Amino acid sequence: MLDFLIQVRDFIAQPWPWYVAGPMLALLMFILLYFGHEFGISDNFRLMCAADGADKMNDFFKINWQTGEWNLLVALGAVFGGYMVSHYFLGDQGNIAHISDATVASLQEIGVKVEQGKVPMVPDFIGWDALLTWQGWLMLAGGGLFVGFGARYAGGCTSGHAISGLSALQLPSLIAVVGFFAGGLLVTYFVLPLLFPL
Amino acid sequence: MRMSRYIFVGMLLGFILYKSEAVSWFRIYEMFRFQSFHMFGIIGSAIVSGIIIVQIVKRRHVKNVEGNEITFNDKNKTIYRYLIGGFIFGVGWALAGACPAPMFILLGSGKTVFIVYLIAAMTGTYLYGVLRPKLPH
Repeated sequence: MLDFLIQVRDFIAQPWPWYVAGPMLALLMFILLYFGHEFGISDNFRLMCAADGADKMNDFFKINWQTGEWNLLVALGAVFGGYMVSHYFLGDQGNIAHISDATVASLQEIGVKVEQGKVPMVPDFIGWDALLTWQGWLMLAGGGLFVGFGARYAGGCTSGHAISGLSALQLPSLIAVVGFFAGGLLVTYFVLPLLFPL
Repeated sequence: MRMSRYIFVGMLLGFILYKSEAVSWFRIYEMFRFQSFHMFGIIGSAIVSGIIIVQIVKRRHVKNVEGNEITFNDKNKTIYRYLIGGFIFGVGWALAGACPAPMFILLGSGKTVFIVYLIAAMTGTYLYGVLRPKLPH
């Protein structure tokens, strides 16, 4: 029995290929639909603002954040999930991002020190130490600011538009995803090369 | 408790995005450089499966747990908010290498620095709430 459980654990702890992750995300979206809700993570930022008192300062946050309790619990569950994976389901490859050789070469070109086979899941320039540099601030705090602003302006993030919205064949979501890529490509090609080496 | 099911859904989300490496800054960089099919495979197969699921739900009039038919609200057919808002979101996504769900997952994995991202994202959301009347939608 114990052997079997260890085998199950090791099976889950392998890196998951895209064709497992993608359909499972769709399944997760369906589970939430079945529970009566639409999959969309970024709405939690608005709920958290409202819960922290923004509802008294601005109409946009005059919402009964308790009706979003389910979504806050999904976010909390994601925190637990991250804890579970990193503590019990990591496997021997679990903290390595298996990016392509071409990506490793591109990164080295712009001044990011990476070695194929040893690329960490979270780079060292996203960390407390990196916050001592302006680049670290720009990437983490700047990135978060843009994500929070943009997600609410566009009415959704990757989960709400790219997955929920496109699955329901919503044209506005397609426009939003085009926007995601326009912004992402601009930063990746023209801004990131200016930031390294830190 | 009835609400605890959402915690399990969130945990599943954590497993999917962590084990498929979608939480990695490097995977997002790779995606925006079009150097691997991986991220496109995840998002693409999620959309294809999602379209099939939504079509079945619509045609079979599938009911939710409360016994009501599952419905889909059409989003307002405008352009500015989606294009400009999406663009701003994309800028942040590429900088931080994480969209909102991975942020929560990485926070749980012990990368406490993502609390900075969370506070910044809430600030950004608040800023949008303040500027909303002045922005084109």
